[in-house]
Amino acid sequence: MSNILPPQMARKMYADMLRIRQFDTKVVELVDDDLIPGSCHEYCGQEAVAVGVCSALTDKDILTSTHRGHGHTLAKGGDVGKMFAELFGRSAGYNKGRGGSMHIADVSLGIFGANGIVGAGAPIACGAAHKFKAAGEPHVAVSFFGDGAINQGVVHEAMNLAAIWRLPVIFVCENNLYAMTTPLREVTILELHERAQSYGMASIKVDGMDVGAVFDAALSAVERARSGGGPSFLQCDTYRYFGHYSGERHMKTTYRTQQEIDEWKKRDPLDLWAERLIRGSICSAQDIERMKREVDDEIAQGVEYARGCPTPSPQDALEYMYAVNYPYTPAKGAEQ
Amino acid sequence: MRQLRFLQAMNEAYRQVMAQDESVMILGEDIRGGIRGETKGLHAAYGDDRVLDTPISEAAFTGFATGAALAGLRPIVQFQVPSLIYVAFDQLVNQAAKMRLMLGGQADLPVTYTIMVSGTRGGNAGQHSDNPYPYLVHAGFKVVCPSTAYDAKGLMIQAIREQDPVVFIASAMSLPQKGEVPEDIYTVPLGKGQVRRPGTDVTVVAVGHLVPEALAVADSLFEKRGISVEVWDPRTLLPFDRDGLLESVRKTGRVVIYDDTNRSCGYASEISAILGEHAFSYLVAPIKRITRADIPLPYNPDLEAAVLPSPKQLEQAICSAWSYSKS
Repeated sequence: MSNILPPQMARKMYADMLRIRQFDTKVVELVDDDLIPGSCHEYCGQEAVAVGVCSALTDKDILTSTHRGHGHTLAKGGDVGKMFAELFGRSAGYNKGRGGSMHIADVSLGIFGANGIVGAGAPIACGAAHKFKAAGEPHVAVSFFGDGAINQGVVHEAMNLAAIWRLPVIFVCENNLYAMTTPLREVTILELHERAQSYGMASIKVDGMDVGAVFDAALSAVERARSGGGPSFLQCDTYRYFGHYSGERHMKTTYRTQQEIDEWKKRDPLDLWAERLIRGSICSAQDIERMKREVDDEIAQGVEYARGCPTPSPQDALEYMYAVNYPYTPAKGAEQ
Repeated sequence: MRQLRFLQAMNEAYRQVMAQDESVMILGEDIRGGIRGETKGLHAAYGDDRVLDTPISEAAFTGFATGAALAGLRPIVQFQVPSLIYVAFDQLVNQAAKMRLMLGGQADLPVTYTIMVSGTRGGNAGQHSDNPYPYLVHAGFKVVCPSTAYDAKGLMIQAIREQDPVVFIASAMSLPQKGEVPEDIYTVPLGKGQVRRPGTDVTVVAVGHLVPEALAVADSLFEKRGISVEVWDPRTLLPFDRDGLLESVRKTGRVVIYDDTNRSCGYASEISAILGEHAFSYLVAPIKRITRADIPLPYNPDLEAAVLPSPKQLEQAICSAWSYSKS
């Protein structure tokens, strides 16, 4: 366990991971019940990455997220009720029902949005980091992306920009071993973090199932960025329990074995952390159970709240396209 | 009044807005060098943090502007050749253009994209000669396409001040334009076209660099045949000044659209559709379009000329619209 972690923070990190786990476990049910249109990419299994990194951030720091973005949003302080409301497409949702799972954001909390395009958030994070640097503000930008994104050109372009301009950016590569069903090793040679080394930035691999290890690595990177030391790259090896998306468990996929899934679950990030909290006398087993009940209640209340929220009016479908509309712009699909 | 060239007008707009608003920054390839002149002196005046020379990474610097805007800045992204936007298409179309709606209005994106030397300068072949504005209008960008030095300055200042992403088309053939440009800061509003030459017989809608060509054709037709042509310049392509165009067409009943983008789903197609829907009852002749052909621009000058819309084609189309009679 991290040596520098105050007990209260260690407990909060467990609760934060639990919230993500329970949130996305609930999401799977709700997709099946058709309360969530479309599908979602669940974060279960990867909780230590989002929580480890976001625990090193403040509200003023920003992040760009991925298509698998619920974990990052919750870890950065996203509200459970407003998130469910967004997933249900309600007007009280974060994006007023216009974005859904793949675009969920809370700009006021520095969450610049999940993204449906792999790697697209990396340059966006760099632009925000430039603003912080130019204004002399000590904030940082975190760009989350997966192992698949390491072969996306724009991610490399963004790493280069961050390197040449010494931007306060932390590139967090969540290596869950598969791009949809394509194994990492078929599309990528060398370790992922070795690619970032060629941009001259600090770059390491950490155990993405160990929230303490992720936090320690993230904190060093954040401190480096805040003090003008430029960008860093963290490779966090982790695993996604539900596969690529909600629908996958109804399919007969063969790209990974049950044995492999079971092996990873033996190193479940929540179990690992709970064990250490108990061993370190930071929590009792009863405390853990109590936290589970509290988070269960929070999730249930969030779902209840979202169910009660009104849906947006179809008359307002063209709203939010522009800050300033002009006559006939944006155009409707039929003349009225 | 003082005369400036189009590029000098752009430069003055950049300078004046940057002096007035510290959140304005400009980035792109070879901005500091500024060999054409539109970015000349900016780096010396506003420094490293506000005037950035980027690596050749169009996708990244476009996304960078999105992030800077979300964080509170007002970036100008300059593309030195029109076709470079295709390299950045995800960041333009999928990110910037959709961002505000997808966020449910949580943030504005006040980004200006300058597309330099749009269209052909002659002999630049397939990858340096597009006028990409139909794609950008389709994606939902506000798009301005000035035809005079006055509009270049006024529309640029308005574009930078808009709270939404705006594309500024700097047509290659408009860059030598020279005209009266006030020294003070001023804006030209979006969505307001302008009658460049009043007339009563035929309306010619001419876009960007084709405006001066249309004016020359109109003058010569009046001299030769007494045809009174009204030349109407939309100035901004989205928002489009539908009411302004309809006012002209109500008067003439005959229209020729003169636009240097592809025939299929080009900008003239949209204007034509608007007229079909809203001007049907007062049109007395079929709408004519003079456009670029549906192929990439060939290198050979004779072939290039055969593909581009020409004053000769415009003249024939005006005469044909003018003499058309249903009976």
